[in-house]
Amino acid sequence: MSIKEKLTQILKENSRLADADIAKMIGISEAEVKALIKELEGDKIILKYSAVINDELLDDGQSVTAFIEVKVTPERDKGFDSLGERLQKFPEVKSVYLMSGAYDILLVIEGKSLKEIAFFISNKLSPIGRILSTATHFQLKKYKENGVIMGSIDEEGSNRLNVAF
Amino acid sequence: MKELSTRLKQVKPSGIRKFFDLVLNSKDIISLGVGEPDFPTPWHITEQGIYHLEKGHTSYTSNLGLLELRKEISNYLKKDFNADYDPKDEIMITVGVSAGLDMTFRTLLDPGDEIIIPAPSYVCYEPLAYLAGGVPVMIDTRDTGLVLTRESLEKHITPKTKALLISYPSNPTGKMISKDQLLGIIEVCKKHDIWLISDEVYGDLVYDLTPISASTYIKDRLILLNGFSKSYAMTGWRIGYVACPRDVLKEMVKIQQYNVLCAPIMSQYAAIEALQNGRAEVDRMKSSYELRRNYFYEALKEIGFEVQKPEGAFYMFPSVKKFGLSAEDFSMRLLQEGRVAVVPGNAFGEMIDDHVRCCYACSMDELKEAISRISKFISSL
Repeated sequence: MSIKEKLTQILKENSRLADADIAKMIGISEAEVKALIKELEGDKIILKYSAVINDELLDDGQSVTAFIEVKVTPERDKGFDSLGERLQKFPEVKSVYLMSGAYDILLVIEGKSLKEIAFFISNKLSPIGRILSTATHFQLKKYKENGVIMGSIDEEGSNRLNVAF
Repeated sequence: MKELSTRLKQVKPSGIRKFFDLVLNSKDIISLGVGEPDFPTPWHITEQGIYHLEKGHTSYTSNLGLLELRKEISNYLKKDFNADYDPKDEIMITVGVSAGLDMTFRTLLDPGDEIIIPAPSYVCYEPLAYLAGGVPVMIDTRDTGLVLTRESLEKHITPKTKALLISYPSNPTGKMISKDQLLGIIEVCKKHDIWLISDEVYGDLVYDLTPISASTYIKDRLILLNGFSKSYAMTGWRIGYVACPRDVLKEMVKIQQYNVLCAPIMSQYAAIEALQNGRAEVDRMKSSYELRRNYFYEALKEIGFEVQKPEGAFYMFPSVKKFGLSAEDFSMRLLQEGRVAVVPGNAFGEMIDDHVRCCYACSMDELKEAISRISKFISSL
């Protein structure tokens, strides 16, 4: 595994580790870690540092997530890209994927309420030309996100004995 | 009431039992005393166990174990180590490596036979050898880089020496043996006509070096022990194996036959899945241990410990000599004052009173907190 791969693996797992600790883990100097991170950020390989939040446990963190399947007419010369690039600009849109199969584009939308999402679909999404149809699925419960199991983050290894040989 | 077995009573209940009871009952400590991976068993392996339970596969297997699993083990030994073991009668599935070792001792040893064991070494070696009627002869390896050398081995061989037991990467030191050192030891075993027992349960978890196995270089006097607990994070499944020449296994299988009959069948099925499709998961876990090893090694040195960089397993074995405390006193005070648990070296050989074992199969957050607590503790000494 290259040093860059090691670094991105570590950051994916925990982007809050100190540079000095990462340096020890990889076996390079702290200055080299700083420079490498800067390079990865500059190259747009690292785009953002974020946390995986279990918002069910937050008092006011309740939000509604919907997955919207969108069928579209592709545009001459540009295929699906121009629409994809347009949809990605809406702040409500968390993710946009071009898909194979029964529909073309999958949108992940997050809003404060059902109403907010309904408003987005009827007033922002549907009026866009070339959209043939949409099918909206609301997320009922989140079991796992970004490789993290909700509600049992410390489950792994938790039944290990304090001492064993 | 008549007395219980004298032999059993002479097995020391490990002088540090009290310390362990204290650790087991401690809350709010960071434990570097664990002896197993911090990953759950890879799910595809667990799922195979569940599948076979649902299918109602809950019977005995043959004493040697499922032939399909023995074939997979045979393939693994051939592919990774170019060793030839016939799945039909040279491999036996055991209830973990310890059970395999117990049977090995009972197969090889007559009363009074000496068995050479490098120290420090895994806790069960000495008592199991003794229970099998053997006389454990411990060789202190602290002056030879925590690895057995052919010179010190030669010095300890007597006409009564029957076997040598080695285990690299080692629990508790994490040290690996080099190919030259291993070849030297094998030569001595041949010269003096002694059996070589090689416990390679950490064999897949080697970081800087290419994994090696004694089975590449010797077969006729080798008893190879291995298992799934460590590399596949399957400690609770209790599954391992013995590979050895067929005339040895022919005798050894009698013990299994009259003792546990066979290893649990669901674990055997899970182990098949592990060998067939588990390699990527082993590599993933291994690279995670490696990063933590690097961190923990540098961090221990930084706060002033003398420690050798381990090449395998997930243990580190720093010396505590410079702090002027015995391993046991150091561990006890670190637990009570620093709220960190480590295992004193004398658990791994009575004379090893100046080292402690730290397991770094813990989260980075725990390791960092442990380092900060240990650092605070040693500066208070």
